[in-house]
Amino acid sequence: MIAETGHFALILAVGVSLYQFLIPLYGAQRGDVVLMRAGISAAVLQFALVLLSFCALTYSYVVSDFSVQNVVANSHSAKPLLYKISGVWGNHEGSMLLWVLILALYGSAVALFGRNLPLELRARVVAIQGSIGLAFLLFLVLTSNPFLRVNPPPVEGSGLNPILQDPALAFHPPFLYAGYVGLSIAFSFAVAALIEGRVDAAWARWVRPWTLAAWMFLTVGIAMGSWWAYYELGWGGWWFWDPVENASLMPWLVATALLHSAIVLEKRNALKIWTVLLSILAFSLSLMGAFLVRSGVLTSVHAFAVDPERGAFILLILCIFIGGSLSLFAWRAQSLKAGGLFAPVSREGSLVMNNLLLCVSCLAVFVGTLYPLVLETLNGDKISVGPPYFNLTFGPIMLPLLLLVPIGPFLAWKRGDIAAALRRLWIALALAVAVGLGVLFLNVRGPWLAPFGMAVAAWLVFGALSDLAQRISLFKVPLSSSWHRLVGLPRSSFGTVLAHGGVGLMLAGIVAISLWRVEVIVALKPGESADVGRYTVTFIGEAPLSGPNYTGRVGSFLLKEGDKEITTLRSEKREFKPSGMPTTEVGLWQSFTGDVYVVMGDPTTDGARAMRFYYNPFVNFIWAGATLMFLAGLFSLSDRRYRVGAPKRAQSDRMVAAD
Amino acid sequence: MTRKQKRLSMILGGLAVLGLAAGLVLYALSDTITFFHTPSDLTEAGVKPGQRIRLGGMVEDGSVKKGQGTTTTFSVTDQIQAITVSYNGILPDLFREGQGVVTEGKLQQDGTFVADTVLAKHDENYMPRELAESLKEKGVKLGKGAGE
Repeated sequence: MIAETGHFALILAVGVSLYQFLIPLYGAQRGDVVLMRAGISAAVLQFALVLLSFCALTYSYVVSDFSVQNVVANSHSAKPLLYKISGVWGNHEGSMLLWVLILALYGSAVALFGRNLPLELRARVVAIQGSIGLAFLLFLVLTSNPFLRVNPPPVEGSGLNPILQDPALAFHPPFLYAGYVGLSIAFSFAVAALIEGRVDAAWARWVRPWTLAAWMFLTVGIAMGSWWAYYELGWGGWWFWDPVENASLMPWLVATALLHSAIVLEKRNALKIWTVLLSILAFSLSLMGAFLVRSGVLTSVHAFAVDPERGAFILLILCIFIGGSLSLFAWRAQSLKAGGLFAPVSREGSLVMNNLLLCVSCLAVFVGTLYPLVLETLNGDKISVGPPYFNLTFGPIMLPLLLLVPIGPFLAWKRGDIAAALRRLWIALALAVAVGLGVLFLNVRGPWLAPFGMAVAAWLVFGALSDLAQRISLFKVPLSSSWHRLVGLPRSSFGTVLAHGGVGLMLAGIVAISLWRVEVIVALKPGESADVGRYTVTFIGEAPLSGPNYTGRVGSFLLKEGDKEITTLRSEKREFKPSGMPTTEVGLWQSFTGDVYVVMGDPTTDGARAMRFYYNPFVNFIWAGATLMFLAGLFSLSDRRYRVGAPKRAQSDRMVAAD
Repeated sequence: MTRKQKRLSMILGGLAVLGLAAGLVLYALSDTITFFHTPSDLTEAGVKPGQRIRLGGMVEDGSVKKGQGTTTTFSVTDQIQAITVSYNGILPDLFREGQGVVTEGKLQQDGTFVADTVLAKHDENYMPRELAESLKEKGVKLGKGAGE
């Protein structure tokens, strides 16, 4: 009964979203206030229905209702409660339901909290949001119904893929989807603006917080996925340039560009057409990511079994939304009046450069991700494009961007002076060079790239701090008034500093793990040890192991630095009920300066076991950097300028729609 | 600078960046991609020893042997031809005899293959798409979940 209620709510939501799509759009065209307002309640109702449906599925999982096929295929009664719940989105149907739930949540949020929006714009945004909801609800109901029953119901389910039974991965999809789907708001705003033929600073001010929220969630979602891959897959790496990873990186890159171009639009009323285009592209790339992951056209370590019919349906959604929005863009973009002028060297110019480099790097990732598919279609060659391609293209494109990041905030709007900016940044520059030289001096065996990479990372961190110091006139005025300025600083300024500093931290981690990691592969018998960097790992022995839904063997390792004992590490080999699928649990010791990573492998011929040990220096800086970026987003989002003093539309640039 | 000149200089600058990036991408694509082969089409495709490729097939039953230290050798077959692969390292959890596998490495002069990567899949019924298609073309019967 519960499952049928969920299914029924889903079907009702299809009808409601159709209403939400058509009625306010028609109302906005006619100038009918009642019809325009109708969209708001429809958006809330749609959310309530999808939420009901989602709760119904979750309930079926929690009570292990094995008459529901989806639960049978992905759950098991012996599974811990957390993984029963995360099992809801650990499969295709459930994850699409989560996608639609988040979509409806955003839609109702913009409908409810958009009180300061002009009613027409609000109605159109809600309508476009409804059309996206409609497409994905139809997809769910027609191809991926999560509420199918089985008769007779089996006694036990077949369990969730064990490597998905992990806390980081339990929350990875909700965050990632909150990011992907959040970009739909910017998309809806862009389409609504194109229909109105009007984009102005107020529009940018409305779009920015939504984009910022989506960007934050995307950042956390990607970082969680990377963290999970790092300690769960047992390969010791944090990023593999896998198609599914790239599918999440591309919208992130464009969303980052969008955040910056929206600033120019808000402050200087320039880059209108470009910002609208980026809003469309960011969500288009999200949709493409969903298509790549769900259709299985690309081979990926993250792919689940997929169904070609569903792939075709998503492709159809993709074509309608991307094709439709870009056609609308081509038709209406001319009606957006060009805004403020600026010199190539200026704050605006630096942000244009930021956009250019981010988009070009996204393009390089795009080509590398889709090229195997294209080549195979053209001449049947099967190829893989791996890390060497991305290192060779993505790296050099990002480098100038990273070098420019600290300079940008020091350039004035309209017309800037690079020499003056560099003079203000001399301390950061000197510190960066010092760090580079220090690394060069200490780095006995590393390549030349190490001192350079670390110098760039230091440049980013100290550049961000200089930005802060400049804003509060540190050491130029008495410390007490600097303090007052610090307290009075807009929160979004902290956001900039934190985000740019976070990029620097992340880069330091990436450079360190890429160039200084130590990998040891060795066969050890109990009592034997191996050196890993400056640490020694001793294999103590192994013992049998049993958990709630698995059995296996656990190996113990003693970690020492010199003669000092640090800790005992455990690496497990588990075999999960009921599938018998084996997994490996990594033993991980983390410290500020790096991780020791221990993996127990299979027995070898002479009673030993194959072992893989890593020393990963400064790897935590990568996730610390991502965390800083997330906090940066929170700071900016809490900036009171986004909340109070409802942004007013300029009356002067009201223009007649070109029809 | 006039408005037109400003716009022109920006467009030219943008095109220059785009051009450089395009050159980089093309160079990287010609240089860094890895071709996928099955054992029987290695000779046909003219793969030379030392060239980096991906080799995929099924792990032949009874062929997995533990060697010195952490080395493992096994045969990869597409039911027409088999190639001996040696790998130094830890095999993925889902590596089993009779299952599909994709390895990456180099063909040696003596006709064996030395892999530095053995790819695992998240899902035990999942088979790499390239592999499933190649094997299907060659008429190999596949198990549940293959090629999805």
